[in-house]
Amino acid sequence: MRELLPVVIDGAIYASWLFVVAIGLTLIYGVMKILNMAHGSLYALGAYAAASLGGAWFAGGHSPYASYAILVLAALIVGLIAGPLLERGLLRFMYGKDEIVLLLVTYAVFLILEDVIKLIWGVDPYFIAQPYGMLGNLDFAGLTYPVYSFVLIAVAIFIGIGIAWVLQRTRPGKLLLVVIHDREVSLAMGINVSLFYLTTFTAGAMLAAIGGALTAPTVSVVPGMGVEVIVLAFAVVVIGGLGSLPGAALGALIVGLVRSAAVHYLPQVELFSIYLVMALVLILRPKGLFAGFEARKI
Amino acid sequence: MKSSLWQCTWLTAIAAALAWIPSTAAAEDAKPFRVGIVTFLSGAAAGPFGVPARNAAEVVVEALNAGTVVAPYGNTKGIGGAPLEIVFVDEAGGTTKQVTEYRNLVQQKNVDAVIGYISSGDCLAIAPVADELKKLTVFFDCGTPRIFEDASYKYLFRTGATATIDNVAAALYLNEHKKNTRKIAGINQNYAWGQDSWNDFVAAMKVLVPNVQIATSQMPKLLAGQYGAEISALLSADADVVHSSFWGGDLDALILQGAPRGLFKKSTVVLTAGETAVQKLGDQIPDGTIIGARGPFDMFAPDTELNRWFRKVYTDRYNVPPSYPSYKMAQAIFGLKAAYEKAQAGGKAAPSQEQIIVAFEHLTFEGPGGKVTMGLGKGHQAVQGTAYGTVKHVGDKFTLTNVTTYTAERVTPPDGVKSEDWIKGLKAAK
Repeated sequence: MRELLPVVIDGAIYASWLFVVAIGLTLIYGVMKILNMAHGSLYALGAYAAASLGGAWFAGGHSPYASYAILVLAALIVGLIAGPLLERGLLRFMYGKDEIVLLLVTYAVFLILEDVIKLIWGVDPYFIAQPYGMLGNLDFAGLTYPVYSFVLIAVAIFIGIGIAWVLQRTRPGKLLLVVIHDREVSLAMGINVSLFYLTTFTAGAMLAAIGGALTAPTVSVVPGMGVEVIVLAFAVVVIGGLGSLPGAALGALIVGLVRSAAVHYLPQVELFSIYLVMALVLILRPKGLFAGFEARKI
Repeated sequence: MKSSLWQCTWLTAIAAALAWIPSTAAAEDAKPFRVGIVTFLSGAAAGPFGVPARNAAEVVVEALNAGTVVAPYGNTKGIGGAPLEIVFVDEAGGTTKQVTEYRNLVQQKNVDAVIGYISSGDCLAIAPVADELKKLTVFFDCGTPRIFEDASYKYLFRTGATATIDNVAAALYLNEHKKNTRKIAGINQNYAWGQDSWNDFVAAMKVLVPNVQIATSQMPKLLAGQYGAEISALLSADADVVHSSFWGGDLDALILQGAPRGLFKKSTVVLTAGETAVQKLGDQIPDGTIIGARGPFDMFAPDTELNRWFRKVYTDRYNVPPSYPSYKMAQAIFGLKAAYEKAQAGGKAAPSQEQIIVAFEHLTFEGPGGKVTMGLGKGHQAVQGTAYGTVKHVGDKFTLTNVTTYTAERVTPPDGVKSEDWIKGLKAAK
C-alpha cells in the first residue's frame, strides 16, 4: 500500500490537470460539434496572461495570497475576450459546414494565435512560480507533495461538479442539453441557439485559459506550450467519448493512473502507455467509453 | 625631347596602372562576405538557445565591421577586410524544412558560408547537403558526436565540442567531489540528445565506479512540462545522484517542480546544461546542485581580454550577460574569421573557399571561452575543455564553488576513436 499510494496520488494530480485542460475541449465539441484545435493556444494565452498579471501583482508588493485570485482573473479575462472574438468573428460563419472544415479553421486559428503570442510576449520564458510553493507541503508515504497540487485536484472536482450541476439542475443547462440533442428543433422551439453557442465557446475558452493559468506556476511559460497539451487533451476526450463530461473525467483518470504506474514501475513505456490505452479503448468502443447513441436523422 | 616625352607618358601610364591595381584589389576586398546564420528564432528552443545565439551574432558582426573587437581580432575590420553581411534563418520547423532553407541560402541567396544549427537532428540532415552543394558550413552548437565519428566531410566544420564532454566531465566531477556515489538515477528527454547523454553518463560512471547501481532512468517526452510522477519516482529511488540533460522549459519545470518537493536536497542533482537556467532561475536552483555550461562558457569562461570584451558588449546591448549559446555562436564567427585571415596569408585578396577550408583544418583559434583546436574529424571538429561547479548562494547572490575545469584531452576521445569506445577505457585515460 505504501508503494501504491504515490502512484495513486501522482495519477490523481496528473488526472486533475488533464481534466481541467480537456473539459473545455469536450464541452465545445459536445455542444457545437467543433473539434477546437485552438484550445491549446487558449491554454497558452491563459498561462501568459497569468504570468504577466501575476508578475505585475508581485512586483507591486501586494498580498501574495491574493495571487491565486489573480491567476483565475487572468484566465477569465482571456476567455471573455478570445471566446466571443473567435465565435462571433469567425466560427459563426462556419456553422453547418463539415466538421473537417471547422477543424481546419480552428487549426488555422491555432497557428495565428501562436504567432500572436510571440508578437506580444516574445520568445523569452515567463515565470510566476510563487503560488506553487506558498501553500507549503504535505508528506504522504515518505514523499513530499506541494499543497498546490491538491488544490488542483479540488479545482478539477469543483469544475466537474459545477458543470454537471449547471447542465442538470438549471434552466439554461437543460436548454443547452436540448440544443445538444437537436439544434434544429431547438431553433423551432424558440431557443436562442446562437447565444448558447457563444456562451459555450466562451466558457470553453475560459476553461482552457484556467488550465493554463493554474499550470503557469509549475512551468516556465514559453512559446509552443499549448502544442503538447492539445495532443494529451485529445487523447483524454477520445478515450472518454467526444462531448462527454463524465467521459472526460474518466478518460483523465485512466490516463493519469496508467501514466503514473508506468513512470513508477516501467518508465520505458511511459509515453507508449497513454496511447496504448487509447488504442485499446477505441478497439473495444470506437466512439469512446461514454459516447451516446446517435439517433439517425431522416 | 620627344623620347623623354614618350618616357614621361609611359611612366605616367605605368604609375596610373600601378595605382589602379591596388585600388581594384581594395574594391574587391570590400565585397561583403555573406554568411547565413541559422538558429531557432521561434519555438521552445528560441528563448534559451536561439535568440541568445542570434544576439551574439549581431553584436560580434557589428563590432567586427566597426573594427572595435579586441585582440586577437582587432587588426582587420570585418573578415579579412571585407564587411560581414548576415542573413538570419529560423531553425524551427524540422529537418526537411531546414534542408530546403539551406539550399535556398546557398543557391538563391548566394551566401559565402553558413553558420548554424542547434538541433543534432538538423545537423545530421544538413551535413551531407553541405558537401553536396560544396558550401563552407560551420555548425556552432549541436552536440551529437556522430557527425564526424560516422563520416567525414570536406566543407563542414564544427567549432563546438561534442556532447560527450558534458557527460564524461560530469562523471569525473562526481568522482572527485562526491566520492560516495553508489546509486544514480536520471531524468532525460526521450530523444537522441537525452538518450545519448544518459548513456554516456552511465557508461562513464560504470568505469569510474564499477559497482554503481542504476536506480531509475526517467525518459519523459520532450516538452512534457509536468514531471510530478517522475519526481516521485526519483524521490523513491533514493539515489545519491540524479543526472539530467534537460534544457529550456523542461529544465525550468524540473527546477520549479523538483525543488519544493526536496528532490535537490535528497539527491545531488547534476544539470549538464544547467547554465541556461541560471539567468532566470538562479535564486531557485538549490545549493548543492552541480551545473555545467557545455564548455568553458559564461561563469566558467577564462578571464581573458576577449571574454571581458564580449561580456561587456553583449550585456550593454541586451541587459543580460551572454549564456553558453551566445559564446558558441561568437566562437564560430571568430573561428571562421581566423581561418579566412590565415588563408589570406597576410595579403589582402579574398581567399578562395578551398583556401579557407585548408586554413580551417587543424586550426587553433581563440574564442571568448578560450583556445579552440580543430583536433578531431581530420581537423574539422573542435575539441575544447569544459568545467562544472556546485551551486552555493551567498546571501541572495548565486555563486559556484568547487569549480573544476577539464582539459580537452581529459574529456575527449582521440581522433578516429568513437566516443562510446573511448569511454570504456576512461580509467586508463585518466
